[in-house]
Amino acid sequence: MATRTLLSPWTLERPHGKIGYWLVFVVVFALFTLAFVVPLVWMLLGAMKTAPELARNPPTLLPERLNVDSYVDAWSFMELAGYFRNTVVVAGGAWLLQLAVIVPAAYALSKLRPVLGKWIMGLMLATLMLPASALLVPTYLTITDVPVVGVNLINEPAAIWLPAAANAFNLYLLKRFFDQIPTELLDAARIDGAGSVTTMVRIVLPLSRPILAVVSIFAIVAAWKDFIWPLLVLQDPGIQTLSVALQRFEPDTPINLMLAGLVLASLPMVVAFLIFQRQILAGLTAGSLKG
Amino acid sequence: MSTITSRGAPPRVPSVTEPAPPAAPAGRLRRRLTDNLTAYGFLCAALVCFALFSWYPIVRGVLLSFQQVNFVSDPVWVGWENFETLFADPLFLTAWRNTLLFTGLALVVGFAIPFAVAVVLNELRHAKAFFRMVVYLPVMLPPVVVAILWKWFYDPGPGLFNSLLRSVGLPPLAWLNSTDTSMLSLVLVATWASMGSATLIYLAALATIPGELYEAAELDGATVWQRLRHVTVPQTRFVLLVMMLMQIIATMQVFTEPYVMTGGGPEDSTVTVLLLLYRYAFTYNDFGTASAMSLLLFVFLGGFSALYLRLTRTRS
Repeated sequence: MATRTLLSPWTLERPHGKIGYWLVFVVVFALFTLAFVVPLVWMLLGAMKTAPELARNPPTLLPERLNVDSYVDAWSFMELAGYFRNTVVVAGGAWLLQLAVIVPAAYALSKLRPVLGKWIMGLMLATLMLPASALLVPTYLTITDVPVVGVNLINEPAAIWLPAAANAFNLYLLKRFFDQIPTELLDAARIDGAGSVTTMVRIVLPLSRPILAVVSIFAIVAAWKDFIWPLLVLQDPGIQTLSVALQRFEPDTPINLMLAGLVLASLPMVVAFLIFQRQILAGLTAGSLKG
Repeated sequence: MSTITSRGAPPRVPSVTEPAPPAAPAGRLRRRLTDNLTAYGFLCAALVCFALFSWYPIVRGVLLSFQQVNFVSDPVWVGWENFETLFADPLFLTAWRNTLLFTGLALVVGFAIPFAVAVVLNELRHAKAFFRMVVYLPVMLPPVVVAILWKWFYDPGPGLFNSLLRSVGLPPLAWLNSTDTSMLSLVLVATWASMGSATLIYLAALATIPGELYEAAELDGATVWQRLRHVTVPQTRFVLLVMMLMQIIATMQVFTEPYVMTGGGPEDSTVTVLLLLYRYAFTYNDFGTASAMSLLLFVFLGGFSALYLRLTRTRS
């Protein structure tokens, strides 16, 4: 039941149309393979070549000898285990804290409708108008000396977690989803004696699984990919994330080890993408078209 | 999917404003009060996070632009001095010119290609899942990984691109090592890494165009090109505009690619606004001037952001 698109099904049925279609298909397929598959395969193959082989010009197509030594060497040379752990801590913490902060806030703004609620939402959305990089310097200075409590969060994972929790875009996505949950449902729960917390946890959250998945994916992917902010606030090599560490190692690491490091750093996100492809792509269009 | 079922059967219950029979005014007031207290209890963590790491830095950023800051003594008011420092720095103009060049090239390359790709993919009836998957794969790679990988591809000697050029008999290029091609090389990486999202968003928009429009146009004798111009483009105009704004805002803030791949070189040809801002703040420790630069970037992009928010919010 394919819907009608630019070309009509009849045109494609005719002999001329059929030949044209397959011609275009083969060209597009070849271009896609060249543009998106070849670079990634070249990276995988490169990580299996030795450093002298990689320096050869013209390059060898396939590695002379299949081996995974580079991966093992890269793992110990760059001490990747520690950076993986740091990245998981940073991304996982950012995700959990963000949910813990914005879910109740979105619920309150959507369903409890406090005085000034509209103003608060407006002030939060206004932060989206700012290009993120315009806030780098003042936020950095705030992190070095958090007002009121007066602590320096540089080299603490909290330096990433706390600013990540102030995510107006995800909060807005959640609030708009909560807005569509009928109030009658919540009133019914209230009459049955449920408090606000119970109503949120037992009724609103189970209904909101799709949007929670989208927000979670956004939060984790953003934290895993982020570079400039961790570069600024995680200066101690012992606490740096993969992105920051790889960039620091790049100038004086043999290229074959570097390539193996790149493959390893990409694997978690690529595997997650292959598993959650449907949710990620659905979230992409939901978040950007209507957000 | 749950969204479909809920859309199919909207709740037809007449909305009840007062669930309980009219309560005494005092009881209603008390309920209003407890509701508000609970609401602010739920909101307090978010208010603290936004106040400390969003609202306060915004105000502070403006103030910092007119101050001289070091970590030793208290900040000093210096009026427009930070801005004068910037305007006196020849790199300031270079950085803006380079960034605008990056944004302009990214619009030419990165805006047209995903749309064209989406239009073609929308017509293909085979290997749909493959196309969608591979075009989006680079989006999942960390930008630093992409930058280091492409730096290796751009290697003028045994790099992938020059090897490909040589194998088809074309002369090799200097890529990142020449002022002529350095910026274009960065645009190519950035486009490769991000075009997956744009392509898939366009595909979703194309899928919402009613087939009858194409049918009617074809019956009226419109050619493929005319159908594209008078049906496809007008029907996706909103998404195209939003994506263009988003892209301008994102590309004006380009940092990772020049920082990792060129460090601003050769001959400052890839020094971008954000790279210079980074240098002011974290190499020269001149946070005041860096803030002045952020303020200018904000003023420049504020209009685009406001338009973007207006468009997306009025539409939804």
